[in-house]
Amino acid sequence: MKLLMAVTGALFVFFVLMHMYGNLKIFGGQSAFDTYAHHLRTFGEPILPYEGFLWAFRVVLILSVVGHAYSAFYLWNKANGARKGRYAVRLAGAAAWRSTTMRWGGVALIAFLVFHLIQFTTHKVNFNSGVSDATIGESPYQLVVASFQLWWVVLVYLIALAAVGLHLQHGVWSAAQTLGCTTSVAARVRAKALAMFVAVVVVVGFALPPLFILFGIVE
Amino acid sequence: MKITVKVWRQTGPEAPGKLVSYQLDDVSPDMSFLEMLDVLNENLATSGEEPIAFDSDCREGICGMCGLMINGSAHGPLRTTTCQLHMRSFSDGETITIEPWRAEPFKVLRDLIVDRGAFDRIISAGGFVSVNTGSAPEAHSTLVPKVNADRAFDTAACIGCGACVAACPNAAAMLFLGAKVTHLGELPQGQPERDSRVVKMLNQHDHEGFGGCTNVGACADACPKEIPLDVISQLNQDLRRAMVKGY
Repeated sequence: MKLLMAVTGALFVFFVLMHMYGNLKIFGGQSAFDTYAHHLRTFGEPILPYEGFLWAFRVVLILSVVGHAYSAFYLWNKANGARKGRYAVRLAGAAAWRSTTMRWGGVALIAFLVFHLIQFTTHKVNFNSGVSDATIGESPYQLVVASFQLWWVVLVYLIALAAVGLHLQHGVWSAAQTLGCTTSVAARVRAKALAMFVAVVVVVGFALPPLFILFGIVE
Repeated sequence: MKITVKVWRQTGPEAPGKLVSYQLDDVSPDMSFLEMLDVLNENLATSGEEPIAFDSDCREGICGMCGLMINGSAHGPLRTTTCQLHMRSFSDGETITIEPWRAEPFKVLRDLIVDRGAFDRIISAGGFVSVNTGSAPEAHSTLVPKVNADRAFDTAACIGCGACVAACPNAAAMLFLGAKVTHLGELPQGQPERDSRVVKMLNQHDHEGFGGCTNVGACADACPKEIPLDVISQLNQDLRRAMVKGY
């Protein structure tokens, strides 16, 4: 169960890093970004159909989300069953709050994911009335720029990013531990450093495009 | 020192329990925590009340009997066993809440005493090496590298007190399990049963109703014998290898 959690979690880390790489293409300008988005859909053609690779990728991700969530709820339920009588005094483990937010944080991330997919993938919702829907329709670049010109959209994404960062910091180290890669003190320190590094890279990498757009540097 | 203690009182395994406050007016800072409870029990006996039931045995930190949850910390504020904790670690006038270990596999028998028989059953599931009895073998006939001997020794320091379970937000016993698996797995004598051991012990652990590890690390922080968190990773590694071999 925990192996399932660790392996699916590791898949997400790779996906998130890939996603971040794509996002950073926005600094290359409209054509770089749009070409990249288009390329994702035509990747592997003509052997694969249009969006074939993308769908294969999506199926793996969806199965991973299901597996990850299933094992999480299984463990959550088991933990609740293992201690029915609560302590009268519970120390608020100051250092452990990123690990204690894993469960509710994970649920919140799923909610954010739904919002994020509706906004940018399925419906391409445009909250910005200053930009016409026609412009949005033909260029993903325009959709992204229009969205992040709104301060509250940026805020929602920054909050979500903070949650992702906390989840990753505990998750990456936790996966290393579960996969049995941290059997010495030095390896544990390395795994924790790696987790921190991944978390910081992801948060900064994802935060840059929205912030640059909000402050008008990318338009 | 004046101390107020709030102690969990429960007459039997099925009885409901509650916290009861007691005053102690003349506590010496040099008393051990258990001596403070002894004094309280004398007072209770004198006044005709039922004394507080708590476990203790060696009172020198090596047997693992005396686990108490003190102000929300397993074995109290210091990284030691409850018997090695002294009243000087508390301040005058302080209120101290004392609870038993809480986990479903550790049933409260009475007041602060829990049944840690689940640990014994985990050990009998695989936490041993099978050897023929007879005269002791020549000590130098099986060489053990220093690194392995040290790690085996450090993890063998686990006294099975249950603080790891008590401190774990999931009530998992993985640090205990990891310590035993690492201890035997580092030694040549532990190799023949290494794969079956980890699987059998883990199955018994889950069967007893302990929770699953989420790598929080509260266990290692609470462990009076300073068993490091990497034994859980060792446990996972041994399990992964055993599963690949089809155990």
